[in-house]
Amino acid sequence: MGRARSVVGWVLLTALAVLLCCPAALSSLDEEHPDSDTEHGESHGGNETGFHIVSFHWENVQTPYVIALWILVASLAQTVFHLSEKVTLVVPESILLIVLGLILGGIVWAADHTASFTLTPNVFFFYLLPPIILDAGYFMPNQQFFRNIGSILMYAIIGTVWNTVTTGLSLYGVFRTGIMGNLDAGLLEFLLFGSVIAAVDTVAVLTVFEEIHVNEALFIVVFGESLLNDGVTVVLYNVFNSFVAVGAGNIQGLDYFKGIVSFFVVSLGGIAIGIIFGFLLSLVTRFTKHVRVIEPGFVFVISYLSYLTSDMLSLSAILTIAFCGICCQKYVQANLCEQSIITVRYTMKMLASGAETIIFMFLGVSAVDTTIWTWNTPFILFTLVFISVYRVIGVVAQTWILNHYRVVQLEMIDQMVMSYGGLRGSMAFALVVLLDLKHVHEKRLFVSTTIIVVYFTIIFQGLTIKPLVKWLKIKRSQQKEPSLNEKLHERAFDHIVSAIEDISGQIGHNYLRDKWSRFDKKYLSKIMMRKSALISQDNLLSIFRELNLKDAISYLSEGERQGSLMFMHSSNDVNIDFTGPRYSVIDSSISAVLRESASDVCLDMKALENRVKSLKDQEEIVTHHTLQQLLYKPRKRYKLNYSRHKLVHNEGVKQDKEIFQQTMKKRLENLKSSKLGANHNIAFKNTKKEKGAKKKHSDAVPNRNLPTQSLALHADKDTQDVQPGQLIQENQGESNEKSVSDVEGHYDPSDGGISFLITPANNESDETRTGNSKSIPSPPPLPSPTTLDEKPISRKDDHVSQEDLSSEKPSRIFPSYLQKTWMQSYTSLENVESQVSTVSEHVAAQEESSTEIVLKATVDKTEEAKLNEDDHSTQLDREALDVKVQCAETLNEELEDNCPKDAALQEQKPLIIKDSKMHSAAAKRVQNRRSFHRPKPLRYPVLQKLGSLPVSCHIPPHSLEQEETQF
Amino acid sequence: MGSYSSHLSKIEDLQGIIQETGFTKAHICRLYDRFEELDKNNKGTLSREDFQRIGELAVNPLGDRIINAFFPNEKQTLDFRSFIRILACFRPTAKDKTADPNAPEPINSRTNKLRFAFQLYDLDGDGKISREELIQVLRMMLEAQVTDDQLESITDRTIQEADLDGDGAISFEEFRKSLENINLEHKMSIRFLQ
Repeated sequence: MGRARSVVGWVLLTALAVLLCCPAALSSLDEEHPDSDTEHGESHGGNETGFHIVSFHWENVQTPYVIALWILVASLAQTVFHLSEKVTLVVPESILLIVLGLILGGIVWAADHTASFTLTPNVFFFYLLPPIILDAGYFMPNQQFFRNIGSILMYAIIGTVWNTVTTGLSLYGVFRTGIMGNLDAGLLEFLLFGSVIAAVDTVAVLTVFEEIHVNEALFIVVFGESLLNDGVTVVLYNVFNSFVAVGAGNIQGLDYFKGIVSFFVVSLGGIAIGIIFGFLLSLVTRFTKHVRVIEPGFVFVISYLSYLTSDMLSLSAILTIAFCGICCQKYVQANLCEQSIITVRYTMKMLASGAETIIFMFLGVSAVDTTIWTWNTPFILFTLVFISVYRVIGVVAQTWILNHYRVVQLEMIDQMVMSYGGLRGSMAFALVVLLDLKHVHEKRLFVSTTIIVVYFTIIFQGLTIKPLVKWLKIKRSQQKEPSLNEKLHERAFDHIVSAIEDISGQIGHNYLRDKWSRFDKKYLSKIMMRKSALISQDNLLSIFRELNLKDAISYLSEGERQGSLMFMHSSNDVNIDFTGPRYSVIDSSISAVLRESASDVCLDMKALENRVKSLKDQEEIVTHHTLQQLLYKPRKRYKLNYSRHKLVHNEGVKQDKEIFQQTMKKRLENLKSSKLGANHNIAFKNTKKEKGAKKKHSDAVPNRNLPTQSLALHADKDTQDVQPGQLIQENQGESNEKSVSDVEGHYDPSDGGISFLITPANNESDETRTGNSKSIPSPPPLPSPTTLDEKPISRKDDHVSQEDLSSEKPSRIFPSYLQKTWMQSYTSLENVESQVSTVSEHVAAQEESSTEIVLKATVDKTEEAKLNEDDHSTQLDREALDVKVQCAETLNEELEDNCPKDAALQEQKPLIIKDSKMHSAAAKRVQNRRSFHRPKPLRYPVLQKLGSLPVSCHIPPHSLEQEETQF
Repeated sequence: MGSYSSHLSKIEDLQGIIQETGFTKAHICRLYDRFEELDKNNKGTLSREDFQRIGELAVNPLGDRIINAFFPNEKQTLDFRSFIRILACFRPTAKDKTADPNAPEPINSRTNKLRFAFQLYDLDGDGKISREELIQVLRMMLEAQVTDDQLESITDRTIQEADLDGDGAISFEEFRKSLENINLEHKMSIRFLQ
C-alpha cells in the first residue's frame, strides 16, 4: 500500500517536475527580486491594444510562480518520502532531497541543456539561512547550551581554525609535490578553500542528528559547534577572501594582525548585536498585549532585522540571529500568549524545515551544470582525506583537553560520532559559489570539490552514521516529556549542587548560573517580562499547567465521547479545572489549542489563583461558577470572523444572543427539545486573563459592582438547569410557539447588547415582535452562520440531552444569563404585576435621569438579592468547590447587556410558565424573587441614552400590552 | 602550591580518605583549605554557624536543608572527614575508569547522589517523602509565586505521579524510579578544582 502510494507520488512528482522545468529553463530567473518582478509585470499587464477578456500573462507571474512551484515540489517530495516510513528510517531526508534535486536538475538539463536554478548565495544567505539559524537559536536548550558553552566554543573556534589551517596547508603541501597538476592557486587560495570546507554545517548536522537521537550532551556539543562555527567560518572566509583579493604580495604584517582583530570584532560584535536585538524583541513583546494577532510577527521581523543589521555592519549575521533567538526565547515565551507561542513555534519550524528542504533540493539541482565542473581527482581525493583525518585529530585532541574540565566526560565513542558527524553542507557550497573568479582562478575546481565533499559527507556519512551510532551503542536520548517529578527534583538538584559549590568554595558553572539567574530575576525579567508573566514564568508551574491542561483535554474528550458531560459534576472536588476549556473530541488537537484563547490555556493556574481569593466571597463564586457552567460557548470559527484584531466582549454577547435565538427557532420548528453544542465562549475566556488583575479590585467591592452579576446569576443551578429544556419541550408540545418566538423577537441581536431595551421602539423590531406574536415564527433577524454550525452538533447532542435531563444540558443551550433571564421571567409569574410596575417605574426614572435609575435599581436589586442568597446558600457551598472564576470585568459587561433584556423578558413569563408544569411553587417563588434583581448597568453609555427616549420606546410596557392581549 | 605538603601532613588518614572518596591529593588539599577557611575559630570542626556564614548559601532556597544534611543525627559539629565524605558524593562519576565490579559502591554513585537529595526531602527520616514534607520543600523552591492551593495541587500531582504503591508518599525506590531518566551524573556533579 505504502509502496503503491509512493509510486504514485513519484509519478506525480516527475510530472510536476517536467511541467516546472520547461518554463524554468526558458527564463533566466532573478530569484532575488520576485516581488519587484511581479509588480513590474503587473503594471504592464494591459498594454496591448484591444481588449481581451482573458489574456495569458505568463511573464507577469513567472518568477513567483516558478518559485512557488519549486517549493511545492519540494514539499510534495517530502510528503512522499514520509509516506513510507521505511525509507526515511534508513535514508535521511536530506539525501532523498538531494537525489531528487539531481533528478529534477537532470530532467531540466536533458530538456534544455541549461542549468535551471542554482543555489545562489544571495538567496541562501538572505532567505534560506536565517530561518534555520533562528530556529536553532530560538529552540536552543539554553541550559544545556550554556552548560557546555566552553566545549562548544572550543570546538567552534579552535576546531574550525584548526580544520581550516591544516586542510589548507596540507592541500598546499600536496599541491607543491605536483600530484595535482598545474593549479593556478597559491597558499592563500588553499587557505581560503580550507576555510570554506572546514566548517561543519548546521543544517546537515541538524537533519542527521535529529534523526539519530544521541544523548543530550553529545547533541548539544555537535549542534552548538555547528551553529557557532558557521559564524567563525564566515569570518575566516572573509579574511582570506580579502587577502586573496589584495593579493599575497601586498599583504603586510599589519594585515594579518587586522585579520585576527577582525575575527574577534566580527564574532563578538555579531553576538552583541544579537543580544541587543534579542532583548529589544523581548521588550517589544512585553507591550503587545492588545495586538495579539501580530505578536508572532515581531519575533520574526525583529530577528530578521537583527540578521540584516549585522550583515550591514559586516558582522557575523549568523551569530547575531542565533544569539537573538537564544536571548529572547525565555522572555518572549513568557510574554506572548499561548497561541502566539504556538504560532511562533510552528511558523518557525515551518520556515526552517521549508528552507532546509529547498536547500537540499537545490544542492542537488545546482550540481547539474557542466559549467561549474572541473575534475581533479587528486585534489578532490586529498580534500576528502584531509577533512576527515583532521576532523578526527581535532576532535580527539580538543576532547582530551576538554575532558580535564568537563563534568561529563566525552568518551571515545562520543568522539567518534563527533568526528564522523562532521557533515559539510550548503553553507560551504554557498560560500564557494560566492568566490570571485577574477581573484580565485580555480573557483571551478573549488566548487566541484565542495560539491563532492558535501555530497560525500551528507550521503555517505549521513547514511552510515545511524548504523554506526547503533553499533557503538551510543547513549540515546529519551524522547520524553519531563514529568513533574523530574522537573521538580532537577530543580532541587540545581539548588543542591550550587549549595555544595558554595560550601566547597568552588566557583564553577553552578555558581555562575546561580548568579546569573539571580541577576535575571532581579533586573532582566523585571524589565522584559509582563507582570502577569512574571508570576507564571516559573518552569515548574508551567509544566504543571501543561500537565493539567492535557489532563483536562483528555478528560473532556473522554467525557464527550461518552456522550454526556455528567462527569463534570462529579469533578467538583477535583482540583484540576475541567470545566474551563471545553474541547470537543475533534478539537482536542493542537490546532484547537491554537484556536483557544490565551487564558483558556492558562485557565488552570489563573483559576486556581482566583479560586482562593474568591472563597472569601461566596456570592461571587456562585456568579462565576454559574456563568462558567451555563454559558453558551460560541464556536471559535464563527467568532474569528467577527474580529480580526481584538476579541470584543460585545460581540460575544451578540453572538450568544444570536445563538440563543437560533436555537429557540430551531427548537420550535423541529418540535424538538433542547439542542446542545459543545462550544466555548471566547469572549469570556479571552478577557479573563487580562482582567484577572482587575478582578481583585472588584473583589474588594463585592456589593457594589459585582452584585450586578451575582444577583443576576444567582439562579439555583439545578432547578434552573432543568427548567429550560423541559420548558421548551412543553412549549413545543403544545402550541405555544408564539410566546417563545416572542422571546426571540426581543432578543434581536442586531443592535448589540444594549439595544435591547431600545429595539422595541424601532419599527423594525416592533414589527418583528408583532410578527412573532402571530402564529408564524418569523425568521431570525440575522441569518447567521451559527445556525449552520450548530445544526449537526445540536442534533447529535440533542438526544443526549433528552436522555438525561442533567443539569449541564441547559448550560450548553443558551448563554447563562439568557437562560437566567428566561428562567426568571418564566418563574416570576406571580410577581408579574409588581414587576411590571417596577419596570414602568424604571422607565419613568430613566426618562428623568439615567443616573437616578441606576442608583435606584441597584438598591432595589441588592435587597432582593440578599433574600435569594439564603435560599441558595447550601448549593453555593457545594459549587464553591469547583468554581472557576471568570473575569469579573467581562461578566460585568456581559451582564450589563442583559439587564435591559431582563426587564423585557419579564413580560413573557406568564405565558411560558403556564405551560410548564414541573415547577414547584417554592421554586417559582425563589425565582420570582430573583427575577427582578438586575441593577442597571453602571457605566454603559448607551444605556444613558435611554433617558432621553420617549416612554413608548421602552419595551416593558409595550411587550406587556401585547402579551396581555395575546392571552 | 607552597603549603601543599604542610596541609597534607595535617590531615589524618590521608590514604583512607583518598581511598574512600576518590579525591586526589590536590583536591583534598584544596578542600582542606576551604575547611579551614570556613572554620572561623580554628576548632578543627565546623558548626552550623560556620555554614550559615556562607553568603550564597543564605539565599539558596534549600540552604537550610543542605546544611542540615551535613549534620546528620543532631550532631552539632562536623569534622573534615565527614565534610569531605559528603562532598565526595558530588564528584563526577567516572564511568570508564572504574570497571572493577567487586569494588564497593563508590561514594559518588548514582544511588548515593540520589540518597543525598532524598534526605533533603525526608525530614523525619522515615524513608518516605510525605505530602507535608514535599509541600515544605516546594514552598521553599517556588518562593512566593504560588498560592497554597496551587502548591497543594502541584504536590498532589507530583506524589500521584511518582507514587507507585499508592501509599500517598514517595519512598526512596519510587524516588529513584521517577528520576530514572535524569542524567544524574550531569546534574549532581561538581567539577572540583584541582
